[in-house]
Amino acid sequence: MKSLYNYAFFDEGSKREIRRASLKAIAIPGYQVPFASREMPIARGWGTGGLQVTLSLIGKSDVLKVIDQGADESVNAVNIKKLVGKTTGVETTEETERATLIQSRHRIPETPLREDQVLVLQVPIPEPLRFVEPSEETTKRLHAEADYSGAYLLLFEQIMRYGRVSTGADHPVEVRDRYVMAPSPIPRFDNPKMDHSSALILLGAGREKKIYAVPPYTRVVSLDFEDHPFEIEDVTGRVCRQCGAVDVYFDELVDEETGETFFQCNDTSYCLARMNAEADR
Amino acid sequence: MNKIVLQVKELGKRFGEGCPRCSGGDPTALERNYCPACGTVYALSDVSLDLFESEVLGIVGESGSGKSTVLNCLYFDLEPSGGEAFIAQYKNGNESIFSGSGQTRRYIRNHVFGKVYQNPVLGLKMKFSSLANIAEKMIAAGNRNVGAMENRARELLTHVSIPHHRMKEAPANFSGGMQQRVQIAKALSNNPPILLLDEVTTGLDLSVQARVLDLVKQIQRELSISMLLVSHDLGVVRMLADRTIVMLNGRVVERGLTDQILEDPQHPYTQELVYSLL
Amino acid sequence: MGYVAIKGGTAAIEASIARLAYERTKGGTVLDVDRVLGGMRALIDQVMSESSLYSEEVAAICIKQAEGSPEEAVFTMRAFRSTLPRKHYSNVVESDSMRVERRISATFKDIPGGQILGASYDYVHRLVDFAMSEETDQSATEWLTAWHDATSGTPSATASAEPGRLPKVLDYLRDRGLMKRVEVDHTEPKDVTKEALSFPTSRSERLQVLTRGQTGTVTSLGYASLRGYGPLLHPTVAELRVGYLPITIADPFVDEADGTDDEDAYYIGEVKVTEVESVVPVAAPRGEGRSEIEFDIGYGICLGQNETKAIAMSLLDQCLQHPDPAFPTHDEEFVLLHIDSVEATGFISHLKLPHYVTFQSNLDSVRRSRNSKQASLADRDVDLPPAPGGGV
Repeated sequence: MKSLYNYAFFDEGSKREIRRASLKAIAIPGYQVPFASREMPIARGWGTGGLQVTLSLIGKSDVLKVIDQGADESVNAVNIKKLVGKTTGVETTEETERATLIQSRHRIPETPLREDQVLVLQVPIPEPLRFVEPSEETTKRLHAEADYSGAYLLLFEQIMRYGRVSTGADHPVEVRDRYVMAPSPIPRFDNPKMDHSSALILLGAGREKKIYAVPPYTRVVSLDFEDHPFEIEDVTGRVCRQCGAVDVYFDELVDEETGETFFQCNDTSYCLARMNAEADR
Repeated sequence: MNKIVLQVKELGKRFGEGCPRCSGGDPTALERNYCPACGTVYALSDVSLDLFESEVLGIVGESGSGKSTVLNCLYFDLEPSGGEAFIAQYKNGNESIFSGSGQTRRYIRNHVFGKVYQNPVLGLKMKFSSLANIAEKMIAAGNRNVGAMENRARELLTHVSIPHHRMKEAPANFSGGMQQRVQIAKALSNNPPILLLDEVTTGLDLSVQARVLDLVKQIQRELSISMLLVSHDLGVVRMLADRTIVMLNGRVVERGLTDQILEDPQHPYTQELVYSLL
Repeated sequence: MGYVAIKGGTAAIEASIARLAYERTKGGTVLDVDRVLGGMRALIDQVMSESSLYSEEVAAICIKQAEGSPEEAVFTMRAFRSTLPRKHYSNVVESDSMRVERRISATFKDIPGGQILGASYDYVHRLVDFAMSEETDQSATEWLTAWHDATSGTPSATASAEPGRLPKVLDYLRDRGLMKRVEVDHTEPKDVTKEALSFPTSRSERLQVLTRGQTGTVTSLGYASLRGYGPLLHPTVAELRVGYLPITIADPFVDEADGTDDEDAYYIGEVKVTEVESVVPVAAPRGEGRSEIEFDIGYGICLGQNETKAIAMSLLDQCLQHPDPAFPTHDEEFVLLHIDSVEATGFISHLKLPHYVTFQSNLDSVRRSRNSKQASLADRDVDLPPAPGGGV
């Protein structure tokens, strides 16, 4: 018994359905469009939302880059790249500049993206109000009525308790003055990259069956208060031990021999490009 | 006389579909407020009232008389089956607030009304700090300044005698009386012109009751807020309300100045209520 | 300085995959798919039911590939199902057309058509049969021959009842006015695998999600509802049937508008299912303040023989028809969003993925809040749990 999988895994009907949901998402920036998320050959929670978006879009001339936690070689990235490669045969790359389609988990690349690139982000929990309200029926109504006091209340409560906003990654954003959206668990450092991004950003949540989008050049504002402005992670004084970069998002590592803490670019391909440019000089 | 701040006309709330026997509005078709033919409950029938500026209007009645349902409908916790309500802040009082969209309703909840529930669980986020509980209404009303909201919340909590060092605590840790006082502070946070109070002292110890009632009285005096005060306890109404409405089986059976109702009750039910007080 | 390459990932992953293949084959013997088909009927049925794909062959391959893990086998089969074009929806199947192999009722001692025990583990003792380790193909064949000889002439042993011959127990209750009469509803059901759920759901959507639910989860939630997380109404299994349902599709060349009748339908095969109809006593208002007790129905159906799951499904179906925020088993979002094997196992297992970036971001918040706490301790330092929220 033998079976051949279609180009890009899905049957064409499924791909069209996912593209329709993506188009709707682009038309209503920040709004979570429900879609009939398919079961995928990789596990729910391992990027099936992003993968479905990628597979529905990818054409034979696309160049694909997949990153997880800033690294092209992380297990999740390798896995997804392998699957897309196996079912499409498209070229893959580690260089951000060369890619036309970039699927990422938890990071937006350091290299600024262009208009001819699409960034697909993997989303575990697309509902920014889920921690305020467990019921999907209720959060849907809150979005419809633009009632986002719950999201602000969480931030306010953090300030009361800890003296400052204590969100880690996935700090909620408001898109084009309307929908509040979970930017996926990217660090706060990456939130400003979404604002007026040249590249289209599509966000896919497979298990929760939602697709949403930030179209190019769209206003994206991280939620904050007048007297507690949004803050990115503090990277002052940190320098990449490998390439000397500053003002990037870092991995914190420990030198096994000396026990000293040191820093390295989290975006491995960015770091590599800098080192190779240095070597060429 | 002062001007009217809230006008309720022929408010009705029905639980059930109704049937030919009961839907005509004939009270004799019902057993109390219940239709024996189809099981429909008429929680409110034809309730009208006017609330004047800086007045306290009491609503008394036994449990099940519909008095809390009036507040629930006005605060949009329940969708009324019929009737209208007008406030000056919405379309100059020309359109019923029940015709408003979800967004309008939220605006009215956040800017025009403050409500204190009998059960603090309904009015407070028990696990959030008391300060955040007060701020919630201000956030909902569009305030985005933490310092200003915190100051206002501290001022209000001080006003209701919550000690400074406990303001960051969650109401879940508080006694019933303290929870009620946090609720009152929350209801006041946006300076609403109208306060809805639902059995605010029920279930509290007598001494605590007295403190909460004193607080309500003081607020009313200082801020001249109009209040709709629901209670099954004529004593509470006697202490606070200028005028009183008596409800039975979802209908208003008597209305007038509180003193007058206490001195000379007309309806047999009111008479029973007044005599039991003596 | 020469060209620097990122290293690590790909090679390590390839080695891990090879190691997995080694684990499956290291004994020097591999499972024959035919043997899975022959000897693992129960697992195949469970996997087909949770996958909502009826193919014993694909299920057997997936079971072999997954070394017998139902979680993995279902996962693989579901992913395969995603790639299949769906060209037809079957015609409505009336379940009394079932070719019945087993049929029991707990409501009446004697039911019209009689109880048919069929094949079931219900009546065996769960004693380890050590002879199993000695069993050979030959000894099995001998047993079979002897069984055939002994039962020849008694058709009930292998043949199943003629379709349409067994009346439904529920019809008996309906005919006597003890069941709520319901109008036949021909609304086209939504396909939950093609359209995302939106709440509140329709009953057809709930039944679809329940029937593909993870067997253990469906059982546990059904058990919880029975044990007290619900209004304690003891249900009774009116009828449990196991058998084959004929599946037909409408003639694709006849325009639906012209009307299609059963004569034009194409028979495309049959599927084995377990069907359960439970009855639960409920109060029904009868006017004049009176109520009567009548029976409510809970419905369960699963691909394959999955009796516990089908019964539990019928309980949950009845629960969800009576929403009650007091009980999780009566809350459709709670039940339907957590019952799926692929979703639950996927999200749990994603915790194994690296979370360096989010953790680094959390670390930043922790360090900052430490600093600001030291700066001002004006308020009494209350011991509070961390605020909700944060990255995943």
